[in-house]
Amino acid sequence: MQDDPQTTRPAAPPETHPPLTTDVIEVGAAARQGRGLLPRIGRAVWSTLVGLGVVLGHARRTRDTIQYPEEMVYLPPRYRGRIVLTRDPAGEERCVACYLCAAVCPVDCIALQATQDEHGRRYPAWFRINFSRCIFCGFCEDACPTYAIQLTPDVEMSEYERHDMVYEKEDLLIAGPGKRHTYDFYRVSGLAVGGKGKGEAENEAPPTDVRDLLP
Amino acid sequence: MVWYWQLLVVLGVLVAVLSIAAGLIWYERRLLGLLQDRYGPNRVGPAGLLQVLADTLKILFKEDWVPPFADRRVFVVAPSLVLVTALLSFMVVPVADGWVVADLDVGLLFVLAMSSLAVYSVVLAGWSSRSKYSLVGGLRAAAQMVSYEVFMGLSLIGVVALAGSFRLSEIVAAQEHMWFVVPQAVGFVVFLVAGFAETRRIPFDLVEAESELVAGYHTEYSGMKFGLFLVGEYVAIILISALITTLFFGGWLGPWLPGVVWFLVKTMAFITLFIVVRGTLPRLRYDQLMALGWKTMLPLSLINLLVTGAVVVARAG
Repeated sequence: MQDDPQTTRPAAPPETHPPLTTDVIEVGAAARQGRGLLPRIGRAVWSTLVGLGVVLGHARRTRDTIQYPEEMVYLPPRYRGRIVLTRDPAGEERCVACYLCAAVCPVDCIALQATQDEHGRRYPAWFRINFSRCIFCGFCEDACPTYAIQLTPDVEMSEYERHDMVYEKEDLLIAGPGKRHTYDFYRVSGLAVGGKGKGEAENEAPPTDVRDLLP
Repeated sequence: MVWYWQLLVVLGVLVAVLSIAAGLIWYERRLLGLLQDRYGPNRVGPAGLLQVLADTLKILFKEDWVPPFADRRVFVVAPSLVLVTALLSFMVVPVADGWVVADLDVGLLFVLAMSSLAVYSVVLAGWSSRSKYSLVGGLRAAAQMVSYEVFMGLSLIGVVALAGSFRLSEIVAAQEHMWFVVPQAVGFVVFLVAGFAETRRIPFDLVEAESELVAGYHTEYSGMKFGLFLVGEYVAIILISALITTLFFGGWLGPWLPGVVWFLVKTMAFITLFIVVRGTLPRLRYDQLMALGWKTMLPLSLINLLVTGAVVVARAG
């Protein structure tokens, strides 16, 4: 005889109900036993009334809706919203126009053109983000080696014209450093740039003069 | 009766019913919002009252589209039927002492006849749309209405037996000393359930059942034709509430206040019940609906009729 899987399966544990705390429901539980027409009607009417009571009780609760334009939703500081270009503590542009953000952008919404000033310091000649394409994934912020590009908790950027969603460099640049207040790329990198030679950055020793080591 | 008084009543009832029906759109959405811990429409006008106006304007400017596959003539006629029958039923409802458009001696039968005719609207709408969802909605409407019509009528015979008349004003007058909800409590409950089914409201909204049938019988409707179904549903809610008030809660009778006010207050209370129930109960399954109708409500109304008849005969004899 074939083994019937139905019989060998262990018995299901008895159903446990959470204890009913409210007195009104206890009264209704008494009528739960009968199977005739009248107990069934009584149960149906009772459970309907209890349900109505629960729903009516919600009339006294505070409403979950946030009245948006008057009341603002709380957005955490790391919320991924409008993208900005920050400046270093000296007030200079942090962006070194390395194109990493444009390269990593999955929707190709970042475009820029690199150039150099007379001191050899790189910066974007123009920097353009098309926010009608941007998906606010934050990859650009992750890719940025100088903390220049950052996402901010601002989502109120609706426009009537689609081309108004394209932000140029002057729209993106902000006055301050954003996150990482003290970070200054040129002060921690070994790169020689106008006014700062090799080895003059913070925590940096001057480069070893290999000829000096000769006997 | 003076002819201009009659005209005034006709216009008064028509305007009042239609404006309450329009206001109900706002009332229902706000009340449901309150019960569901949200606000509902609160932006257009004071407390969102002008939302009705905005919605009406919007629906009026929608394209009046008839699907090319639909049965055109029936498709156009069907939505008007639901509103016309519901409005016609108000003809016999006494709003206050003597404030009635036509105090027919078969008033209650007239109401039942009109609510039976309203089924045609839904069935024809579902049929003429020639779409599967509409057709299933129409089929459900036919089955639901036919089975609920039976005990809707039977539940009211107890009231008629006690009042000794089909005339609604006489039924109200017979409740001078005791509202019929006391001797006819079972009849009231049965009529209430049947009323929910007649108005195709939750928990008996299988006819439109948006989670199963898109929008049921009015899936293919748009613009003001859809609006007529909507208004028709609200007028039906007012009608059923007014009937409950008239038949079981003493109509315009009440101390201190004028009759119209009592009638309105009682009717609004039942309209509110309709909306609160919508916020509470889930939709019944099709077989549950049928079982409730034929196995519970019909026997209940028959027993109620039997007992009421016996008591009436015993008191007369």
